[in-house]
Amino acid sequence: MTTLILTRHYLGETFHNRLGVVFGAVQPALYLVLFGPLFDRSGVGSWNVLVPGLLVQLGLMSAGLAGFGIVFDQRFGVLDRLRVTPAGRLSLLLGRVLKDAVVLLIQAVLLLALGYAFGLRAPLLGVLLGLMLMTMLAISLASLSYAAALRIRQELFAPITSTVVVPLLLLSGAFLPMSLAPRWLDILSRFTPFRYVVEAVRGLFAGSYASAPVLWGTVVSLVLAVASVAVGVRIFQSENA
Amino acid sequence: MIHVRGLSKKFGEVEAVRGVDLDVSGGEIVGFLGPNGAGKTTTLRMLTTLLRPTSGAATVAGCDLFADPAGVRRRIGYVAQGAMLSPFSVVGRELELQARLQGLGRTEARERVAELLAELDLTGIDHRTPVSLSGGQKRRVDIATGLLHRPALVFLDEPTTGLDPQSRANMWDHVRRLRERHGMTVFLTTHYLEEADALCDRVLIIDHGRIVTSGTPGELKSRHDAETLDDVFLAVTGRELREEPREKEAS
Ligand SMILES: Nc1ncnc2c1ncn2[C@@H]1O[C@H](COP(=O)(O)OP(=O)(O)OP(=O)(O)O)[C@@H](O)[C@H]1O
Ligand SMILES: [Mg+2]
Repeated sequence: MTTLILTRHYLGETFHNRLGVVFGAVQPALYLVLFGPLFDRSGVGSWNVLVPGLLVQLGLMSAGLAGFGIVFDQRFGVLDRLRVTPAGRLSLLLGRVLKDAVVLLIQAVLLLALGYAFGLRAPLLGVLLGLMLMTMLAISLASLSYAAALRIRQELFAPITSTVVVPLLLLSGAFLPMSLAPRWLDILSRFTPFRYVVEAVRGLFAGSYASAPVLWGTVVSLVLAVASVAVGVRIFQSENA
Repeated sequence: MIHVRGLSKKFGEVEAVRGVDLDVSGGEIVGFLGPNGAGKTTTLRMLTTLLRPTSGAATVAGCDLFADPAGVRRRIGYVAQGAMLSPFSVVGRELELQARLQGLGRTEARERVAELLAELDLTGIDHRTPVSLSGGQKRRVDIATGLLHRPALVFLDEPTTGLDPQSRANMWDHVRRLRERHGMTVFLTTHYLEEADALCDRVLIIDHGRIVTSGTPGELKSRHDAETLDDVFLAVTGRELREEPREKEAS
């Protein structure tokens, strides 16, 4: 209940300045418009291969950098103000995280519409299941981002996270499938969770729902979500008396 | 209302608070007075469950600080030293959120916000953002965030620092009224000796993390054979208490 009160509040705030929704979706949209046509003609794959990658890029850019919000809340005493109420610590985290998931879903739908205009064709069921994976990814990334924002020195949060996002994104095979990678890079990428998510969404967009990549991607997303929320709550709590 | 024994906090090597004992009864306005870095904010953050004490025991508003922090949170209000709202948030929305988190229903929250804003002479500012408010208005909005659920006990960390003398006197009136109308217990920190003198029933002076003396302003003056609380501070610590308002971190 408290979670939803907070989520509503944050969503109101986000829509109050609509730029908040666009922010984070700009980069993937640029890739789609300026890199997509090139990729489509490269012979590597079509829009069905690229757009799932751009969705994961969107997740990293949008939910992954969500911690920025809490940096300001901490600086202006807002976080302490919330922490001194009886609201559960899990709610204080989830209220924000759910907002980020909703924002990400809206951004993802916009990106998908743009992709569709360029030539993406994927079955509706596959797209819906892909969006579910994206939601789990958003929950994980936002939780981790908040945890990092509370633990890392304020002025370091922005440079560190925006640097960490780059290798994670490249290793996920978002732009070019990892099947093209040399062996060492392929192996390295298997240690990052996002590769499995990208491949699962590609599988779903191709309509192969019962394939191994889809299964693996789902398992990895679930485990990551549970672990990330646990880490997030622990850090929200450990700041307490 | 507050019972504290041996409360301490270490930040690494820094002993910010060293074995504080204090008792506050219901309905008192108590001033917590001390120079920069004395440990006032650290003590308040511990008593409001925001910071885990290194050692000690405390009962706040009838609840054990360690065993029942949620109970403490339900019964107290806390207004921090810096800001309580981010500069571009909408005052009314933030206050309603705060009221909801304190357990009020939606309509109840809306009514309570309007009522409290009126009580603090802030009617009509619900659509404004803190950047557009005067220092005194902004500080009263901060104070409102701590009063929405009508707590029996409220902690105010430097409620008047950075305000001009008139706004400060105005704030004193508001604090006095809280006690008169609602029987609220107020525990506030201050740098201003004349504030403690004018507003508080009782004063605790803290220096280097220890309470060095306490009593009513009158008792302190006669005990230390001093004319003003400034002289008391000088007599107890051998130092002057800096009085000029400091830059506030969050303004
Ligand atoms: N998070 C922290 N980490 C390390 N040291 C801290 C921390 N918070 C406070 N301190 C130190 O603890 C001591 C007491 O600080 P505190 O903020 O409680 O003082 P104060 O009496 O509120 O001062 P002021 O009047 O300036 O607000 C200071 O030496 C301060 O540097
Ligand atoms: Mg202080």
